[in-house]
Parts: sequence; structure tokens; C-alpha cells
Amino acid sequence: MSVEGIIFSNIHDSDISELTRQRTLASVPFGCRYRLIDFPLSNMVNSNIYNISVITHYNYHSLMDHIGSGKDWDLARRSGGVKILPPYITAYANNANSLYRSRLEALKSVNYSLAQMSSDYVVMSDCNVICNIDLNDMISDHIESGADITIAVKYMRLSRTAAKNNTLVFSDETGRITDLLPYPTNFEGYADVNLNILVIGRKYLQQLVLDAIAHGYGSLTRDVLLRSLGYRNFRVYQYDGYFACISSFEDYFANNMQLIENTEMFDSLFGVESRPIYTKVRNSAPTYYSDSSRVENSLIADGCVIEGTVENSILFRGVKVGRGSVVKNSILFQDTFVGENAALGYTVSDKNVVIRDGVVLSGHSTLPLYIEKGRMV
Amino acid sequence: MLLAGGQGSRLYTLTERTAKPAVPFGGKYRIIDFPMSNCVNSGIDTVGVLTQYQPLVLNEYIGNGEPWDLDRTHGGVTVLPPYQGKRGAAWYKGTANAIYQNLTFIERYDPDYTLILSGDHIYKMDYSRMLAEHKKNEADCTIAVLEVPLSQASRFGILNTDADGRITEFEEKPKNPKSNKASMGIYIFTTSKLKEFLEADNEDPESSNDFGKNVIPAMLAAGCRMYAYTFEGYWKDVGTLTSLWEANMDLLGNPPKFDLYDRKWRIFYRHNAYPPHRIGASARLSNSMVTEGCVIDGTVENSILSNDVHVEAGAVVRDSVIMSGVTIRAGAQISYSIIDSDTVVGENASLGDAREGGSLLVLASGLSLPAGAVIHGGELVDKDNLARFIGKEDT
Repeated sequence: MSVEGIIFSNIHDSDISELTRQRTLASVPFGCRYRLIDFPLSNMVNSNIYNISVITHYNYHSLMDHIGSGKDWDLARRSGGVKILPPYITAYANNANSLYRSRLEALKSVNYSLAQMSSDYVVMSDCNVICNIDLNDMISDHIESGADITIAVKYMRLSRTAAKNNTLVFSDETGRITDLLPYPTNFEGYADVNLNILVIGRKYLQQLVLDAIAHGYGSLTRDVLLRSLGYRNFRVYQYDGYFACISSFEDYFANNMQLIENTEMFDSLFGVESRPIYTKVRNSAPTYYSDSSRVENSLIADGCVIEGTVENSILFRGVKVGRGSVVKNSILFQDTFVGENAALGYTVSDKNVVIRDGVVLSGHSTLPLYIEKGRMV
Repeated sequence: MLLAGGQGSRLYTLTERTAKPAVPFGGKYRIIDFPMSNCVNSGIDTVGVLTQYQPLVLNEYIGNGEPWDLDRTHGGVTVLPPYQGKRGAAWYKGTANAIYQNLTFIERYDPDYTLILSGDHIYKMDYSRMLAEHKKNEADCTIAVLEVPLSQASRFGILNTDADGRITEFEEKPKNPKSNKASMGIYIFTTSKLKEFLEADNEDPESSNDFGKNVIPAMLAAGCRMYAYTFEGYWKDVGTLTSLWEANMDLLGNPPKFDLYDRKWRIFYRHNAYPPHRIGASARLSNSMVTEGCVIDGTVENSILSNDVHVEAGAVVRDSVIMSGVTIRAGAQISYSIIDSDTVVGENASLGDAREGGSLLVLASGLSLPAGAVIHGGELVDKDNLARFIGKEDT
């Protein structure tokens, strides 16, 4: 049995526009030293899927830089490995092959690649889904149940806003899907939430995309899944580990902070036996804490030098916090430099931001302040 | 040519199953990362690593050389173990013999110059500058030297030179040293001369086949052009437990004696996929280095923690080097110690003495110390003698 993976890198870019102005959603930093794509890539590699296509749209420079040859995920391979599929636009561009807006259109645009697939099954994943899932178990479940498509879901409580950003999945007692509710505006309570990870037979996927092209379909959920519920066997796969779906900047901030507050959650994402999360190796030295440092309740990556105070914060690789500075409730991306006697609260600083000596900045828990890449304050 | 076969017997339990160059250092490195990184940072892309003692960990660590960008189509890194030849099999008898047995490897790449290094020193050095000196002097051999205090010179191999830096005399551990230029065990040879003298050395049944004892004196006696290259900067032989501990401590401070944060001269290492480290609400860190996978809820002062070290609330770690996977339970007190990987220190245990006036305590890997255990400094504790310290036969 062979399995290939497909990852959609741009689908939800507009959800956190602050962070995706200069990068794809897939390369948005998360959890101290990772990029969002590290999660689907690691999930696939940890389940022995070594043939992965990443479908890109625009702004994929940072993503290509991050993935490189794929060797940090064990994906630099003679056969298979990771392959980036940029938009396929011919010189005679017309509406039919303009940039895609949905997963189905994305698949249609890389149909030339899909046609060459030869594996038995395909696992498809979005990249804003942060989880640590055993895909092997999901694939076995898919094969045993004889499903046409298996969708990973997590049973959880949703607020009205959270429901608005997710697809709810309803199934009967045998696990067969009876209804899908994309982005409901009036739902609150417990439901199965779509993780946007699915397993499908390769031949069925190829047929489905060809049919969609012929019919002019646009949405995978609305046009394909919902239309075929009556005669196709679509099933749910229950996942109960860590899951975060990033669908707004506030979500992004809250989900990062939760990793500090809830150590069990941290462990269920990063501490799963034999399923580590891989990321690009940056060859940083360890982090140095000077005798003037005061650090509590924080997640800190390597290569930092800390001489000030850090509380309830997430520091990515290579961050410097100078003497007398206080960083609270903040997320500082790679190589952020905080001078001396500065103060930051509820701030997200993008890569290479410089905070000069004595600068005081603060957002609010409901409205974190975002400082763009390379900005000097 | 990196000599990495040494046993490192003075590191005792740390090298029981590992060759000295593979001993962990500085939280996430191994000793061999320093000469390897120096090579690639100096533009050397073909490296032979000579292994002999306990090579498994070292071989696995070097792998295809990818962490140092030495996974090359031409050259790259090659591990060179002793082998069986047509005329029999032999271990590497000495440093010179190890290179002699691998002359075919050198001939494959046919370099004009050959650099010989040891795998047990911590330093950052640009070998390309030394090579430029070697070429300028039209030397047959150039030896890197460190200027040590004259009072300590009698512990080293000392080179006496003329005003131009040409070596006139070599004295191994002289009682009355005439100079303070100590050999660092780093040699550049013009390859043709190296071959000539290694072959001659091999013919000599009296020779102990060592560069310092035999080859260098033989070349001097033959009137070869031999020069000293003075190295300025941090250099430390980590051949003993105390010097290994000291070299780790030299990474601390701001600025430190030995700087790992220099982006222009990076030290490369083989990476492990650990998550970021987590500092809890009750943690207190001071003048310490912490790396990926650690969870710190206690107090850490003047210490180096490797990957995946857990320090529980109320535990205190002072002046110590803690290797990967060690767990220090609540209330335990550790000072002036080296604790090897995966050892568990029970609750309220008290290990080691204060650094002032105390001696170093060393705990081997994989030990389990019960709650309340008390062990003073100056001991080497391993599986075989643990019972003696904790008063129990079965641990």
C-alpha cells in the first residue's frame, strides 16, 4: 500500500492577513520555532509518507526557503520527497487557469501533476491545522471501513465565533457522514469539527477532479462532498489530541499563549512518543541567561541571549532581550532585538524587528500589537 | 585528517562507550564539532576521520557529514577505521601510523598540503591562514603553537624557534623550557614530505609511530623547513574531567571566554528534533545555558544544560554540566558536578560540594539516585559502585 500527501499552503491566507503579507500561511511562525507547514509535513513523515506535494499560490518565496531540499524532514529523496507545485499558468492564460480560490480549484490547476500520481491513497491536509495525528491509524481505518473519503474530526466545544470559522461534520452512529456545515453563523456548542485532513483513494481523487473540471465546480465541500453524500461512503475519523485551527490574528495569539498556560496541551503537541515535530535546522547555539535575567512562564527557542525580564512570552530563535527590558505576554519572532530598558506587552514582533533602548509598546489581550518584519521602533 | 580514535581514558566513565571526540559538550555539541566546523569554515571540503576506540556513536554522529555540509559528491567526510590488508591487519599504533595506514586515502585526492588535527580540542581556528603562512614560508611542515605561561611550559611539547619562526628544536615536556611556544597538535605538511617521512617512520622498528615523538624530530634532524604558526585565541584540551568542566564554564559569562554566538564562525552539529525549552513560573536562571527540550521549574546557576533536561520545582543546580535526558527531582541540590545522560536524581538528594574548596563530582549515565541520597564531591559514580554511595545493593 502506498500513500502520497498533498498540502495546501495558501487556502486561508486572508484569515491572518497581518502575518501573510510577506509569506504564505504555511510559513507563518508558530510555537517558538516552527512554521505552520512543519505540522502537516511532520505528521506525514511520522506516518511514513515520503512523497508530498505542496500546492502554492503566491508569496511562496519564504516557504521555498523554509522547505529547501526537504532534508530537515527527511524528505530529500531520490524517489519521492517533497515537491512544490507552483500555480500552473500557461502563456494563453484565461479564466480556466487563473489563480485558484479553493482547494478544488487548486487541485484542478495542478491536474497535470495529479494525473501522474501512482499511489493507492492520498492524504490531503490544509496547513493552518496544528495537530499531531497518527495518519497511519487513520489510513488503516479508511481501508478497513471501505470509505470513499475519510475526514479527520475532533469533537469539541465551539463558541459562536469559532463555529463561524470551521466546518462542522455530522455523522450517524456508524461514522458515516450525513451532513457538512461549512462556516455556520448561528452555531454554538459541541460538534465534530473538520480538521481539513482527509484520506481518499488516488483513482477516486483523479476522477473527482476531472468531473469537477467538466462540471465547473469550485468548492470541494459544497460542490463535491455535499452533492455525493447520498450515494458515496464518506466517514469521520475521530482524533482527540491537540488541535488548533488558526483562523484569525486573535486566534493565532491565543493559541500560541495557550501553549505556555497549558503544559498538557504543549506535551500533546510536542511530546508525543516517536512523533516529533521537525523544522528547518538553523544551527543556533543554546540560549544564554545572564545573571540579570528574570524569566518565568515562557517558551524559549535556542540562540537567544536574555539579560532582561521575560514573562508569559514566546521567544523564537536568536532573540536578544537587553538589560532592564521587560517583555510580557508577547511573541517575538526570529532575531527580534530588544535593546535596554524597553518594555513590550501584548506584542507580536515579526522577524528582525529592532526595539530601541527605552521604547515602551503595548497592545491589549483582545487586540495584540503587530510589528511588521524588519521594522525598527 | 582528523585523529579521532583516542580512548580518552582520563574522562573515565564519560568515554566508557564513546570515543572522546563524541563526548557531548556545551549543551548541544560534541567535541568533534569544533575541528569539523573549523575545517568547513576554513574552506576544507575533504576530511578523513580516523576512528578506532568505541566508534559506534562517533560513526553514527558523523554519518554522511550533512550537518557540516560535508555530504559531497567529490570529497566530503570519510570515516577511516583500521582495516585488514593483504599483509595482515593492524590497529593504529600511533598518530603517525594511523595516517600512514591511510596514505591511499590521501593519494586519492592528491592534495598539495595535508592538515593533521586532533579530535579533542575546543577552539575556533582559521586553518586557511595557517596554510597561507605555510606556503609563504615554503615550509615542509608548519606546527600551530600557543604561547603558554612559561611556568606551565614543562607540561607541553615546546618548540624553540629562530627570529623568523623557523623551528630549531623540539622538546617534549622539557624541565627547563627555553620558550613558551606549546605545540597544539595541529600540523600542516606538504604532502610529498609527509609521505616520505611516514614511509621512513614505518620502516623503523624502534619508532613508536607518533608525530610528536618520532616524525617531527626526524624531520628536524633531516633539516626540513619547519615553522611555528602562533595561534591567538581560546584553545582548550578537554582530555580530563576537570578541563572538560572548565571548558564548559568558559561558554558562560557576558562576554564569554569562548563565544558560540558568532554568526561568522558557526559551530555546526547534528540536530535532534526537540521542542523549545519551557521555563516555569517558579524558575530562576542565572549565568546559564539552556537548550531545546528542557523544562525548568527550579533554580539553575552557572550551569550548562543539554537537551531534554528536567529541573523540578525547588531543585537547585549550581556550577554543573548536565547532559541530555537528565531529570532532577524536586528539592534536589546539585553543585560542582558533571552528570552524564539519562541519570535521574531523586527528590531532595544532595550531590557534590561547593565549588570553592570542593572537588568535582561525576555521575555516569543511566543511574537512578534515590530520594535523599547524599554524595560528596571528588567521586566518580557509576553503575558498579553506586551501591556503595547510597547504601543499597539493588538499585
